[in-house]
Amino acid sequence: MSYEEKGTWAYLVAVAGAYAAYLAIILGRLHTAPAAEVSYGWVLLWTTVASVAASTLGRTLIETARPSDGRRSDARDAEIYRYGEYASRWFVVSGAAVGFVLALAKADYFWIANAIYLGFVMWAVAGSVVKIVAYRRGLRLP
Amino acid sequence: MTKPTKITNAIRALRFTHGEMTQAQLAENVGVTRQTIIAIEQGRYSPSLEMAFQIAQVFRVPLDEVFQYPDGDGGRLDV
Repeated sequence: MSYEEKGTWAYLVAVAGAYAAYLAIILGRLHTAPAAEVSYGWVLLWTTVASVAASTLGRTLIETARPSDGRRSDARDAEIYRYGEYASRWFVVSGAAVGFVLALAKADYFWIANAIYLGFVMWAVAGSVVKIVAYRRGLRLP
Repeated sequence: MTKPTKITNAIRALRFTHGEMTQAQLAENVGVTRQTIIAIEQGRYSPSLEMAFQIAQVFRVPLDEVFQYPDGDGGRLDV
């Protein structure tokens, strides 16, 4: 497994784990208060920061346990990266579009922020999955 | 989503006939990761034209001795 593929795995686990933690906290709060009164801002920011830190730490731990031949990326890594970002772009577009519609409908900030956040998370998760599949099964662009 | 390439190659045989060159040595000469050489050998990745020429240069053979494309209607340009 190349250095870049390990990094993709670490990023996927970190992002999915951070969002699961965010959901667990926010869903717990939604049981006791209506959405408009739920405090979510700091939880959202901290889980985002935590996902970046966990991704970096995870990559370091994987490298320590199973060192790569080198840390440079090459043309294949770049192509797989671009392919993953291209294939998953609709999630972030969808998140923004749903947030826009919710804003037009004068929905609470809670729902707008969470729609956009979910879009970013799905973009990151889907992009990582596509990249890992490309690393494992091969990449042949149409 | 992703399909295996139709391009076949003789990299493994060429490595063997060139002093049993390792994948790591070939990767170093071409300037890519060992995983990329493995992916090309296994037909999981089609290299760029530039990378294909670089691989052929390492073995000092023409490009079509390294990479082959099957005859058929897929890649033919009718004029």
